[in-house]
Amino acid sequence: MTPVLDLVPIWTAILAVGVFFYVALDGFDLGVGMLYNFAPDRAARNLIMNSIAPIWDGNETWLILGSVGLLAAFPVAFAIIIPAVYFPILLMLLALIFRGLAFEFRYRDAEHRTFWDHGFAAGSALAAFAQGVVLGAFIQGFHIEGRQFIGSSFDCFTPFSIFTGIALMFGYSLLGAGWLVIKTDGELQQWARSFGRRCLIGTVLAIAVVSLWTPYLNAGIAARWFSWPNIALLAPVPIVTAILAWYAWRSLDSGSEYGPFFAGLGLFVVSYAGIAISLWPMIVPGHFTLYQAAASPSTQAFLLIGTLVLLPVILLYTGWSYWVFRGKVRADAGYH
Amino acid sequence: MHLDPELLSRVQFAWVVGWHILLPAFTVGLASFVAFLEGAYALTRRPVFLNLSQFWLRIFAISFGMGVVTGIVMPFQFGTNWSRFSDAVGNIISPLLAYEGLTAFFLEATFLGVLLFGRKLVPPSVHFLAAVLVAVGTLSSSFWILATNSWMQTPAGYEVIDGRYFPKDWFEIVFNPSFPFRLAHTVSGFYVTTAFVVLGVGAFLVRREQSSAEGRMMLRLALWFLTIFVPLQIVLGDQHGLNTLEYQPAKLAAIEGLWDGGRGVPASLIGWPDAAAERNIDEIAIPRLGSLYLTHSLDGEVKGLKDFPPDQRPPVAIVYFAFRIMVGVGLLMLVMVAAGLVLLAKGRLDAARWYLGLCQFTACLGFIAVIAGWTTTEVGRQPWTVYGLVRTVNSVSPSLTGPDVLISLLLYIAVYLLIYPVGLAMMFRVVRRGPATSEDTEPVVSGRPKSPIEALQVPEAAR
Repeated sequence: MTPVLDLVPIWTAILAVGVFFYVALDGFDLGVGMLYNFAPDRAARNLIMNSIAPIWDGNETWLILGSVGLLAAFPVAFAIIIPAVYFPILLMLLALIFRGLAFEFRYRDAEHRTFWDHGFAAGSALAAFAQGVVLGAFIQGFHIEGRQFIGSSFDCFTPFSIFTGIALMFGYSLLGAGWLVIKTDGELQQWARSFGRRCLIGTVLAIAVVSLWTPYLNAGIAARWFSWPNIALLAPVPIVTAILAWYAWRSLDSGSEYGPFFAGLGLFVVSYAGIAISLWPMIVPGHFTLYQAAASPSTQAFLLIGTLVLLPVILLYTGWSYWVFRGKVRADAGYH
Repeated sequence: MHLDPELLSRVQFAWVVGWHILLPAFTVGLASFVAFLEGAYALTRRPVFLNLSQFWLRIFAISFGMGVVTGIVMPFQFGTNWSRFSDAVGNIISPLLAYEGLTAFFLEATFLGVLLFGRKLVPPSVHFLAAVLVAVGTLSSSFWILATNSWMQTPAGYEVIDGRYFPKDWFEIVFNPSFPFRLAHTVSGFYVTTAFVVLGVGAFLVRREQSSAEGRMMLRLALWFLTIFVPLQIVLGDQHGLNTLEYQPAKLAAIEGLWDGGRGVPASLIGWPDAAAERNIDEIAIPRLGSLYLTHSLDGEVKGLKDFPPDQRPPVAIVYFAFRIMVGVGLLMLVMVAAGLVLLAKGRLDAARWYLGLCQFTACLGFIAVIAGWTTTEVGRQPWTVYGLVRTVNSVSPSLTGPDVLISLLLYIAVYLLIYPVGLAMMFRVVRRGPATSEDTEPVVSGRPKSPIEALQVPEAAR
């Protein structure tokens, strides 16, 4: 198969969208899981869990698509990055096991409900933290020889990556709080709003610190952001971030139901764009560009044909299922 | 003690895939069974079908949830522990894995939500459609993952550039020589596995005289199904074996415990394969029978293990015994089905307590056969990850140390030994409660605290 058109940008876009869908969707339900631990009582916990019970599985599926999509579009990046973050991936997978099973197990294993409740909250927190560590390690770069990672499996744990781990916990919690504002009302919604404010403060601080820390780590990234005329061209990124943060705060305080969630999502979009600007055009920072790491045109073409058909269908029925389960979750229908 | 990252990675992969495969082995069949029950209810409106569907859905929810979380582990293993394999063949296997996600996982996940939580939120026809789509998803998943696995067993349609493997013909890659046989044999095996569980649960309910109508229905549905599928499965297995003879002769020689190849080879019934001495100890074998069933001729030629250099032979004893366990289980299944049919014909099935008791024990047979069969084919592929092309020793991630993998392996062992017994206990609890005392038969809005569904009411539906 000879390439008739350049598929690398297309796959870059698909992968970027796929990863963002994962971060946005599983982000909010991992966030809901973290907030779960602080819920006032069991009725609230049931409600919180019910708000994501029918959709979490689909949300998590984007993780598989993200990882397999990376392998498909940029195989060498997969072969370098994944072993380099061996332990964060391990922690994430084990955490996701506990968290995913808690949905069924906490109800069916009533004697150990507290254990599964903690498993759900701790699993969500650990998964979020581990993903943040992966992100931090990825930004910092890896020790590579040829086409393989040759550093130690513990290289990925640095002060920076630990910090990005904590940062992502705040970010996901903000999305989770926004989701609960949409799905609940009354006291529980007020509770979600107040937690949302704390998570917003944490998230904004974390964004600020990571934004200053990253160029400090890497002179190339510093030059990209702070050299003229980039500094002027890229100025919208921090400005939009500030506006979104302000809007998120205001919507948490006002009666806005959808504002907090979508403002939180907006903060993720600008942060994501910020990282992309810092690293472009590398897929393995410092070593492989998107083009150097790209899979063979035949591989990319073969998968693209199906993806162009299937992805819109998936989005369609995923959207439909969100619509089926729309509206507030209610406890009064379920309890005497 | 020297900790070998390659060996430990293999043990880890065997551990996580071995536990994982038990769940698809059950849920692929169960999804189709639930779709069948939902369809039967839609057509006949007999409550027994609805009760059965709701009963099995509760078990499906537990097992499918476990299948999802243990399944997410799998693609990451390719990266964490087998990165050189990923780099070498990523261009070929990755689209197959991605198609599994695109055509199966999203379908299953989304429509399972509707199936479990949406009975009152969507029209009955849409609910039935959700059941069908979940079943289609599980089958599509089997298709793509077995295409991937089959390509690793019998690679085709590729070209080699600088030691890495690139696609040349996608049709040949997907429909590689062992794929049709493996797909048929595996999916049929999964269906049989589920049917034996249904048979065992039905027998349990009939014996306890609890939910007898549902129990009797389960016994009959399972028995009729197995009457077709157990013999079919044995035929498919034979065909798969002949395919292995053609494309993976070293694996077949290990299965047969055949050291000296040639014409008119014997069939080894049982013995102890001694790899060092290159012979079987205390063997009982039947002369010429091997050639007969492998080549359908008394003096057909079959290659022996000695026809391959020692570094291209799989661990013979594991393959040899795993295969015999699988075949033994298959024959036991055949006996169970035959006995059940005789009892059914005489009208004594529901009263034959000894047989019903046996059925409870044979509920696990399919799982044993699946693990044994999987062990046969996967260990039989060694010492290669991609048969004849990529060695396992050259597939492991170079950065990993022995202690790294030991830590992860121990954690996987600890977590799986916690979740599997708990999950199994929960499924047993659902079974003991039985379908008649169903928690979901009343309208969803009624009040006891139950599964997450109960509190999940959209305003429109609550009105």
